[in-house]
Amino acid sequence: MTKNLRRSVDVLVVGGGPAGMAASVAAAECGLRVGLVDDNPSLGGQIWRGETSSDGARWAERSRSVGVEALCGTRVFHHPASGVLLAEREEDVYELSFQKLVLATGARERFLPFPGWTLPNVMGAGGLEAMVKCGLPIAGKRVVVAGTGPLLVAVAAALRKHGATVVAICEQASWTSLVRFGGALLAESHKLSQAISLRRQLAGVRFLTSCWPLEAQGQEKLEAVVISRCERVVCDYLACGFHLVPNTELAQLLGCQIRDGYVQVDEFQETSLAGVLCAGEPTGIGGLELSLIEGQIAGLAAAGRKQEAVRHFKQRKKLQGFARVLHRAFSLRPELKTLARPETIVCRCEDVPQRRLAAHKSWRAAKLQTRCGMGPCQGRICGPATEFLFHWKPDSVRPPIFPAQFAHMAWMASSPESEPQAGGGNS
Amino acid sequence: MPESIELRVNRKPITVPSGATVAVAVAMAGSRCRRSVTGELRSPFCGMGICFECRVTVDGKAHRLSCQILCQSGMEVSVDD
Repeated sequence: MTKNLRRSVDVLVVGGGPAGMAASVAAAECGLRVGLVDDNPSLGGQIWRGETSSDGARWAERSRSVGVEALCGTRVFHHPASGVLLAEREEDVYELSFQKLVLATGARERFLPFPGWTLPNVMGAGGLEAMVKCGLPIAGKRVVVAGTGPLLVAVAAALRKHGATVVAICEQASWTSLVRFGGALLAESHKLSQAISLRRQLAGVRFLTSCWPLEAQGQEKLEAVVISRCERVVCDYLACGFHLVPNTELAQLLGCQIRDGYVQVDEFQETSLAGVLCAGEPTGIGGLELSLIEGQIAGLAAAGRKQEAVRHFKQRKKLQGFARVLHRAFSLRPELKTLARPETIVCRCEDVPQRRLAAHKSWRAAKLQTRCGMGPCQGRICGPATEFLFHWKPDSVRPPIFPAQFAHMAWMASSPESEPQAGGGNS
Repeated sequence: MPESIELRVNRKPITVPSGATVAVAVAMAGSRCRRSVTGELRSPFCGMGICFECRVTVDGKAHRLSCQILCQSGMEVSVDD
């Protein structure tokens, strides 16, 4: 039986990763009532998932001690009226009202289709790491890590620590790009020491640059990967991701201004909507440290403590410079557009192959004619892929932003109409 | 908290470490999660509640995301063969 629960807070933070935890702690330390909602079973986001002795655990402890009201396993699916979000948690639907809203919805991996990428045991790089952190036995399994971005080496090191045999790391960026990236790390002593430590943990692992997966092979599950050096590598898992794309669906539903795929914010992390702030990856892919700083600025700004927020500006500026370097170093090479063959599935929800999409000129036309992007993931996987493959721009976002139970949808329909200015409350 | 949890995947008993998600239990049982609209077998892909490939039936409720649900003792999980 569906229960209808109401919560009212001064500041509501959506997303329990580093940015969201930092924002909620900062606002709660100012004496405000703060709610933090996240769809995973526990706080920490992807980066701190399942860790008990890390910075993540310390932030979680801080969050508890300052009285942040965390709602885990709870997914926001609609914005029925100004100052209200609807979320569901198993059978229950929550009506969350707020004065200020902080969006800290993080990022997901970008996936590019290639033959065999739908086979069981081909997974996202972060995805496989998440499964291993949740108890998937990986000891003795052979893993190929492929794609692009600094996440690949971090994932490879984590998998190796859990006993996996990392057969190869295939990075599509060139050696020259990586050397330039390494040069930028020199200016960041913290990041440099992380990189050196990862390198040490991966001693003896094959690291191939200008290399990418051509095909995943296997009958009912993955058996081998053919890489772009025309070599067939036998493995149990392929952990594959092509850097990150921001989760901006909720910001779009609210009507926040988006530019080049990112949520636009001012120096106080305020979006184009009054009372709505945004921190972390949705404003630009910049990593853990930048997310923490942006989260703190957003939390302080939401609490009206702008003078205190200003103190973090210098550090944020420095980290944003690093984000730009990251973006350049791991930009996608055009060869990756030709990986999908005509029969390769691009939309995994509706099993739409490349050849059916290639006939269309826009995302909208493809959606209407092929159902691409109309399955339960709502284009979160195939959208960024078709943007890269065909330069299609995604449509506007409509509620519910995640599939919701029928009973909850009915509840959504009985809620008041959205107002055009979808910002915070009356503050 | 107990160190391990017993549950069933397609009636097959399986023991997982405490804190494991249903997606992990399905993998440890040697099963896949679902068949796609054209009948392909699929298993978890994004691992973080985005892609919906890991949908399974948990205690009679269909379309649950196995990568975001923690295993509980006595849970009945069913997946497509």
